[in-house]
Amino acid sequence: MEKEVLIEKINTVLSEEFEVDAAEFTPDADIKETLQLDSLSLVDMVALIDAEFGVKIKGTELVQVKTFGALYDFVHERM
Amino acid sequence: MQKRVVITGMGIYSCLGKTLDEVRDSLYTGKSGIVFDPERKELGFRSALTAKLEIPDLKKELSRSQRVYMPEQAKYAYCATVDALRDAKLDQDFLNKNDVGLIYGNDSSTVPVMEACDKIREKRDTTLCGSGAIFQSMNSTVTMNLGCIFKLRGINLSISAACASGSHAIGLGAMFIQNGLQDIIVCGGAQEVNPFAVGSFDGISAFSTRESDPTKASRPFDRDRDGLVPGGGAATVIIESYESAVRRGAHIYGEILSYGFSSNGDHISSPNVDGPTKSLLMAIQRAGISVDEIGYVNAHATSTLVGDTNEAKAIYNVLGDRRIEVTSTKSQTGHEMWMAGASEVIYSMLMMKNDFIAGNINFENPDENSARLLIPNKTITKHFDTFLSNSFGFGGTNSTLIIRNL
Repeated sequence: MEKEVLIEKINTVLSEEFEVDAAEFTPDADIKETLQLDSLSLVDMVALIDAEFGVKIKGTELVQVKTFGALYDFVHERM
Repeated sequence: MQKRVVITGMGIYSCLGKTLDEVRDSLYTGKSGIVFDPERKELGFRSALTAKLEIPDLKKELSRSQRVYMPEQAKYAYCATVDALRDAKLDQDFLNKNDVGLIYGNDSSTVPVMEACDKIREKRDTTLCGSGAIFQSMNSTVTMNLGCIFKLRGINLSISAACASGSHAIGLGAMFIQNGLQDIIVCGGAQEVNPFAVGSFDGISAFSTRESDPTKASRPFDRDRDGLVPGGGAATVIIESYESAVRRGAHIYGEILSYGFSSNGDHISSPNVDGPTKSLLMAIQRAGISVDEIGYVNAHATSTLVGDTNEAKAIYNVLGDRRIEVTSTKSQTGHEMWMAGASEVIYSMLMMKNDFIAGNINFENPDENSARLLIPNKTITKHFDTFLSNSFGFGGTNSTLIIRNL
């Protein structure tokens, strides 16, 4: 999948699930702050990415995936 | 000195309607909420009959972080509770400043359990169950969700007592208030309505297979019944000390005179006669009324042979040859199970406040036991001021409530 297409798809599923306008999803934006995730809903983001893209973010890898840009890269590299 | 307990608010999400007015009209006109569900046939059910109910879309009312922990029955309970609180004129400001309790009946949450187990077996990774699964899976899911959404700070308790859950919830709530431990409690019962919730119940041949005529399938007390029809939704009643209701200037529907209860200590699925009789007699004795004061009996009768038969015997043991109307609203709703004890208090209250008794639809031919009871099969006009509501459940748990008009 082309990265631009992937980014759009990630933005769409995150926006629908967490009910936040995708316009706020800039590459440098903090995912937890933007999506207002707490420790519980962070689990839902991991489950969503696995369900939609078949990519598992392990607990130890979450520290690397703080921004939307990092998430796009993480998923793109593993698809 | 025990406090008097009154009902000051009611809300319901039922196959007979989503407002009290809709439900009143459905009761009056003898509407059936039962349909044929093709999905159940595809899943291999003996019976595809069920009450029909839509899962409410609460996206506009609740945030994602509130909704994600709610299985379907918690959504029904939320809708019923919003309406009941509004009916009782209890706003969020009041709930924030007073210790309001919550006691609700619920005895299953099948779909979240099933989906989480499927996910674990498929993915071998528990994280992928998502954050909502644990909170949706527990029997206490309704009270944990409602307690957080409405910010309730009194007693918070789920009652799992099979098909008597909703009735016991109201009875136990009344005891908290009688003893001065709470002024106001949100009580009720909720029941999920999905095939998986009742698949194993279907498997023990408990359900009617009269699929060619769904609205005729639930026929409590009728000689030609062939099993129950599962239903569900949620019903909420606001119960309150009389003093609190008067102090607030609340509208009072009626007074909970008593709560009778018993356990059969017998068979797991077949009810007996002695246990229910004991529950009925206890309720009458605790109410301090004579049997002649009862104007209507809302029976538990689910449309199963052994259940209806033994309840008819128990009711006859107590009423004798008195001409007191007995009906089962399950003829219209199917068996609302964990919800039934609460919804049937609302159904009976709506009849009492509107001077009618909804006919026990589909009661065409009595058997030898139901013939000894006065069971109208069409709606009748009648003023009455006291009703008795029975709820019985698997394992032999029995609950009886007696409520008086105010």
